[in-house]
Amino acid sequence: MAEQHTTMLSLRGLTRRFGGLTAVNAIDLDLAKGQLVSIIGPNGAGKTTLFNLVTGLDRPDAGEVRFEGQDITGLSPERLAAGGIARTFQLGRVFGNLSVMDNVLIGAHTRLRAVKPAVPLIGPLLELGLALLRPASVRAEEERLREEVKAILARFGERLLPRIDQPAYSLSYANRRRVEIARALALKPRLLLLDEPTAGMNPTETTEMQGLVAELKAEGLTILLIEHKLEMVMRLSDRVIVMDEGKKIAEGPGEVVRGDPKVIEAYLGHGLSGKAEQESAA
Amino acid sequence: MSSWLDYTINGLIVGNVYALVAVGLALIFGVSRLINFAQGSIYLVGAYIGWVAVVQLHTPLPLTIIVVAVAAALVGLVIERFGLRPLQNSVRIAPLLATIGISFVLDQLVMLTFSPNPRALPSQLPDVRFQVGGGTIGPLDLLIAGVGITSALLLFVFLRYSKLGWAVRATAQDRDAAMQMGVDVNRVNQAVFGIAAALGGVSGLLVGMYYNQIDTAMSLQATLKGVVAEVVGGAGNVPGAVIGSLLLGLVESYGVAVFGTSYRNLFAFLLLVVVLVLRPNGLFASARQAPPEPLTGTFIAPSRPVRIPRWALLVAAAAFAILPLFPVSFYVLQTLINAWLLGMLALSLTLVAGTIGQVSLGHAALLAIGAYTSALLSLNFSVPVGLAIIGGGLMSAALGTALISPSFRLRGHYVSIATLAIGEIVSLVILNWESVTRGPIGISGIPPLALFGYDLISATSIYWFSFIVMVVLALLQGRLLGSHLGRSFRAIRDDDIAARAYGLSLNRYKSLAFIFGGFAAGVSGGIAAHLYSYINHETFNTQQSILALTVVILGGLGNVVGAIVGSVALVGLPEVFRIAAEYRILIYGIVLLLLVRFRPQGLLGTM
Repeated sequence: MAEQHTTMLSLRGLTRRFGGLTAVNAIDLDLAKGQLVSIIGPNGAGKTTLFNLVTGLDRPDAGEVRFEGQDITGLSPERLAAGGIARTFQLGRVFGNLSVMDNVLIGAHTRLRAVKPAVPLIGPLLELGLALLRPASVRAEEERLREEVKAILARFGERLLPRIDQPAYSLSYANRRRVEIARALALKPRLLLLDEPTAGMNPTETTEMQGLVAELKAEGLTILLIEHKLEMVMRLSDRVIVMDEGKKIAEGPGEVVRGDPKVIEAYLGHGLSGKAEQESAA
Repeated sequence: MSSWLDYTINGLIVGNVYALVAVGLALIFGVSRLINFAQGSIYLVGAYIGWVAVVQLHTPLPLTIIVVAVAAALVGLVIERFGLRPLQNSVRIAPLLATIGISFVLDQLVMLTFSPNPRALPSQLPDVRFQVGGGTIGPLDLLIAGVGITSALLLFVFLRYSKLGWAVRATAQDRDAAMQMGVDVNRVNQAVFGIAAALGGVSGLLVGMYYNQIDTAMSLQATLKGVVAEVVGGAGNVPGAVIGSLLLGLVESYGVAVFGTSYRNLFAFLLLVVVLVLRPNGLFASARQAPPEPLTGTFIAPSRPVRIPRWALLVAAAAFAILPLFPVSFYVLQTLINAWLLGMLALSLTLVAGTIGQVSLGHAALLAIGAYTSALLSLNFSVPVGLAIIGGGLMSAALGTALISPSFRLRGHYVSIATLAIGEIVSLVILNWESVTRGPIGISGIPPLALFGYDLISATSIYWFSFIVMVVLALLQGRLLGSHLGRSFRAIRDDDIAARAYGLSLNRYKSLAFIFGGFAAGVSGGIAAHLYSYINHETFNTQQSILALTVVILGGLGNVVGAIVGSVALVGLPEVFRIAAEYRILIYGIVLLLLVRFRPQGLLGTM
């Protein structure tokens, strides 16, 4: 029982095939509450596909996903978001025509209560009615969430606050990544999946982002991180998982994984090591 | 027994004709991920060129076929070069709207040149029937089968063995990779549009000969049938399109055998809706594919809405409200009443197509549901007209949402196809459900507009009534957009995958958008019914759907004020310039094309 509570996310034999290609191949993974685990690996290793399987955007062909002890395999992304799983996207999926404020408010959607009463069948109609009538409780809820959004945006210093009413399409690439993370935080997630949060950022911005992720971890948030910048991975992770061609090829503390010959091979490329093997055979 | 063989042969022959259209659609979809709504118009052009060749130039049959193929191919090339190539780097909604606009322009040009009256198109073949087994087959059947099989073989050889054919297949598989390998994608597009148009044109010719009749209504039907066949076979899948077409031909033929001719189209559209719901990737789609890449914010043009100060809106509303107090002509009031009714429809469509991104092409069906409900409530149950109109709005909200709900899992072009088909289904049900709708006779003697027992007969009172209803609907919609629902709708439009990942249920919010929009459209239809006093299944047609779409694009997607401004402009300007009725749809089509090309965000910008 105690163990179940400390294990936030556990994957068993998770597998996803696309035609002849096995994008994710029998992955096992355990993530304890408050831990930060990083997944690294070359492009095409299956990291993002794994995220899609965990967050319900794609369904596995085999295997199981458990979240806080419950089987959540194949549940819809809406259900999982309501359950407290938030993610960011590798290529950035902000809502281009929505303001920064509205983007982050969408993150808080699953926490709307006053305007979204949990009434079966006529719930959606009530929601429409309440949205049009806007009684005091609904206005208060909206006001409270807006204040919360400002507090979340303040975590990014002066990057987003001055642009709060600007449409997201007008933001820089780095700022769009920040909006994504702010949107994920607005969900008040119990599990946060970050897909390359520093992609396309310069060293200063990367350091800033690293500081923010460290803060989130210090606050006790459970985080699964995909990242290419090893410096950041080594500094933040409790454990590192290395994927290549869909398979987990190494797992352990950062320093150990870093020296693993299989990991070096995956990063330097199979061609090189293949050639080395041929040479040694000759 | 023999008749079943006849129905089978008939189904296969008709299927062969559909295949000529569907293969072209599949080729185009393959290389440019675009459903060419203008395919049926090329088919129409082909039929009329064939008529000119046969009836006026007396060309022999082989020459007729060649003339039609070449002329149609030229039309296809022009569409590709001037209609679509300039939009290559624009948002995804742009080419969709462009082919809709092109289709209307072409149809209208044909109608203006040849008049809308049907014409006979003789087949030039001897009228004999051969006994085959228990059925019969004529030379025209053999010709259609021959043309179908020959084109399939030619296409196969082209795609398989010619360099350009390889380029087409490579582009279909991965456009970017093909470009990087030096494939000239423009040439590929040209080739594909040329081939698709040639096939479509010949198809129109053969169908005209088969029924010995051509008319301008053929176009929309052909587009729909071709799209049905293509989607059934799997979009972009050329052999799938052929099989889908034969299947569609058989389903229709057997359906007609059992239920009668007036149900022919119903089966086609039901087949489409069933396939879209159960197998949206077609019957022959391979196993589940990788989830689509992000298409963030690329469906509609990013833009900032033009902010109109509140006082300016108040002044404008007040000016229109007191207009009837001045000595204005009946004609001006009449025109503005039409604008207010269109305004309600545009409010509905701008919410559905603009705010939540479901480009509906069957929106007139919501008018029809509202109109019939209101008319029947007041006639059969003596419900007061004011309440009957509200009843029409509610029925349109409920029934419209229920009908459209199968398409909630679809995206982009598929939504447009599904809504187009659902619009046709509604019109066909109205036509065939005689016990309730009085079928083709229509409903006459609908009581005039009335409120609290007072008939609204004068133009002034009708003007005020429709103006106030529209303003109230607009205010409600503005309030909706300012709520959490407004941002939820817009989030779903911009990126439905990210929206789902944050807990937004697509079914729930698309339903709410259609419920609200359906109510506004239903009320508009209800008012129209009492205003016209007579309605039938053709009162609310696809032309109105397209007009509303043009209004919405003109005003700016999702823009409430824009919808009203657009309605006044598109109803009013043709009156100001005294443009004859038959040229108006042509002008709407051209306006749509120009907007998509030069101002995709519309006059007042996307909300």
